Amino acid sequence: VERTSLLKMMEISVAEAEKRTGKNAVNMQETYTVYLIETRPVDAASEGTNPVPDSLWRRYSEFELLRNYLLVTYPFSVVPPLPEKRAEFVWHKLSADNMDPDFVERRRVGLENFLLRVASHPDLSSDKIFYSFLTEENGWKETVFETGFQAKADSRLKALNATFRVKNPDKRFAEMKHYGDELQSVISQLLRVRARAADRLYGVYKVHGNYGRVFSEWSAIEKEMGDGLQSAGHHMDAYAASVDDILEEEEHYADQLKEYLFYADALRAVCRKHELTQYELEMAAQDLTSKKQQREELATGTIRTFSLKGMTSKLFGQETPEQREAKLKMLETQIEEGEELVKERNAECEEFVKSAWVDIERFKEQKDHDLREALISYAIMQISMCKKGIQVWNNAKECFSKM
Amino acid sequence: LLSQQLRLNERDLHDTTVTDGSSFNASMQTSPASMINQYKFEEDAEDTKDIFVTVDNPESHVTAIETYITYRVVTKTTRSEFDSSEFEVRRRYQDFLWLKGRLEEAHPTLIVHPLPEKFVVKGMVERFNEDFIETRRRALHRFLNKIAEHPIFSSSEDFKIFLTAASGELTSYKKQGPGFLSRMGETVKAVAAAVRGVRNRPQEFTEMQEYVEAFSQKISSLDKVTQRIVREQKEYLEELKECGPTYALWSQSEEELAEPLKDVAGCVDRCCKETEEQVKNLNDNLIPVLHEYALCTETLKAVLRRRDNIQADFEAKTEALATKKADRDTMRDDLDKAEDRLEWANNALKSDWTRWQKDMRTDLRSAFVDTAERNVNYYEKCLAVWESFLHSQRTDAEGNGNVDFS
Repeated sequence: VERTSLLKMMEISVAEAEKRTGKNAVNMQETYTVYLIETRPVDAASEGTNPVPDSLWRRYSEFELLRNYLLVTYPFSVVPPLPEKRAEFVWHKLSADNMDPDFVERRRVGLENFLLRVASHPDLSSDKIFYSFLTEENGWKETVFETGFQAKADSRLKALNATFRVKNPDKRFAEMKHYGDELQSVISQLLRVRARAADRLYGVYKVHGNYGRVFSEWSAIEKEMGDGLQSAGHHMDAYAASVDDILEEEEHYADQLKEYLFYADALRAVCRKHELTQYELEMAAQDLTSKKQQREELATGTIRTFSLKGMTSKLFGQETPEQREAKLKMLETQIEEGEELVKERNAECEEFVKSAWVDIERFKEQKDHDLREALISYAIMQISMCKKGIQVWNNAKECFSKM
Repeated sequence: LLSQQLRLNERDLHDTTVTDGSSFNASMQTSPASMINQYKFEEDAEDTKDIFVTVDNPESHVTAIETYITYRVVTKTTRSEFDSSEFEVRRRYQDFLWLKGRLEEAHPTLIVHPLPEKFVVKGMVERFNEDFIETRRRALHRFLNKIAEHPIFSSSEDFKIFLTAASGELTSYKKQGPGFLSRMGETVKAVAAAVRGVRNRPQEFTEMQEYVEAFSQKISSLDKVTQRIVREQKEYLEELKECGPTYALWSQSEEELAEPLKDVAGCVDRCCKETEEQVKNLNDNLIPVLHEYALCTETLKAVLRRRDNIQADFEAKTEALATKKADRDTMRDDLDKAEDRLEWANNALKSDWTRWQKDMRTDLRSAFVDTAERNVNYYEKCLAVWESFLHSQRTDAEGNGNVDFS
């Protein structure tokens, strides 16, 4: 975790979640959850004094607004993702209900994680809107809208959703986008398989609870075997119950995977935005070239490019030298503007490529580190599960041998 | 020396597969625990076990009329009533059925270990499925061993003939048994007695009946629970089998992560194999034993019924003597015989009941201990798999200089 200047200043956490009811935009009663963001100056903690942290409540939609703002304002950054809006890849015991306390708790953790990610990002952490998100309860929404990011958002969104072809795609970005696709596909598959396996594992453990019941009943009709059976039964119950904790831990692992599932999307967004930048540059260049050609044709009187005007003028008579002069002059202006635009767009593109690639490299390192840690924690979970199994069955074996 | 070797190995054959039936495999693994069990068991049996029976080597035979399986039955014994010390014959399921029937006829209130069922409809497509044959072979092996261990059955002439006669001899011996009509007569008598019902059943036999009823429910529940566990495990296995390949697929898109992802894929695959092994163990070891004891309860119920019938017959004859005037001498004779029969039946049942209970306790205890042990084993193996992954990651990390294993 990079110690940005923001994190050097303050500690950030999402401490609590609460249910609220209120009237929404269409004046209907709704229930929603709010999350308590706490910030505390770093110095205070180290000095030994423990002042009450500053805090404010935010709901999920405000987090979404913040993220959308960051997406538009820092198009070359791989913007950290939010925890999922709706519970997906759930195995059956887990609730898919947004109001479910377990879901809310996991979302709280996810939101805190989001804030910490943003706060440790070299570019995003110094954003003023982000800072006021953390510190100014009232009027923050208005401040965001005042930045006018929505206008940019709308036009970019339209452009991003449209299909367009880039003539000379940047190889690195194309590869990155392809990687993002693969990452998204494979993590989705993994999450799906894992959820189904969790479901099944739950069944295996819980059925053992039936042993507990039957052993207990059986022990009632036996003399010598009774005690051994009864105590073995208790261990079977313990075994059946142990799966709840096991699977709850696995949910954390699933959440870690989900974060990178959504990160893949953020990565692809950057590549798409680069494509758009590239495309706009190519369009401008293309436009300039065609205008230059038109000027040449007009100047030399040769028609190399087909134009309806040209055809009609041939059919209905040439234009006057004055008309031609006017046209040439207009073209000159347009060409001047066009060259400026191309220069601009070129610079934009180069700037984008530079910044984006820096962030992509940073993201790659973070991803490799985090996912490796996730795999290690998965192994640790499996080990813990095996140790519990060994203990239970050794206990059961002892009881059985006393049967 | 041979008999010592044989004694140890015979016990193992209760639970292990005899893959090479041509000779007793002295290298068969004997765990210290099972050896201790053997000696405990032998405390109560005779000091030296003098007969060893194995069932193996199923072969299919095709004739014009039918296809059937025969099993090789090998007997090694030092008993004097046997002409030789080693016998090898081939027997089919019908022959086992015949033997069981003969033993039950000769000893109506003794408890004969059940045979595997004729035909299991659920899940079995055909009788000649490999797994089915193997399961049946093991059950037949256990059946013969239970007979051989039984103080009374093991000296039965029918048992001896079963173990030693060539196929042709057995067929003609079978024909010699009580004729169809006399068997019918016995059945009619039994039905009549059953209809009559018993009047003064001794309390201990009523208790036995109640116990059998309750035990039957419990053992059948355990059978069902275990079958369900196997089903759930199989479904879990199906899902788990997709995990490894997914991690492997992912590793193909990665650079730094490729190695750990491949390792995780390998770990998951190895755990899959262990899970498969565990399912097989349950199927091969615990389920057949539970199933057999579920079948036992039917035998027990039949034995109690037959005892009741003998008593009912005695009661009827007592009544007849009291009321009828003619043929008193013959009737008294009959009554004495019926009384003897009843006393014999009751004593036989009582002692065999004790033997059966002890046997049941030993068998079920060792089956559950065995299952628990295998489960421990399973988790230990999986543990080792994941620990070695952790270890390799730690040494990697330490090599790269980033250590953070809080």
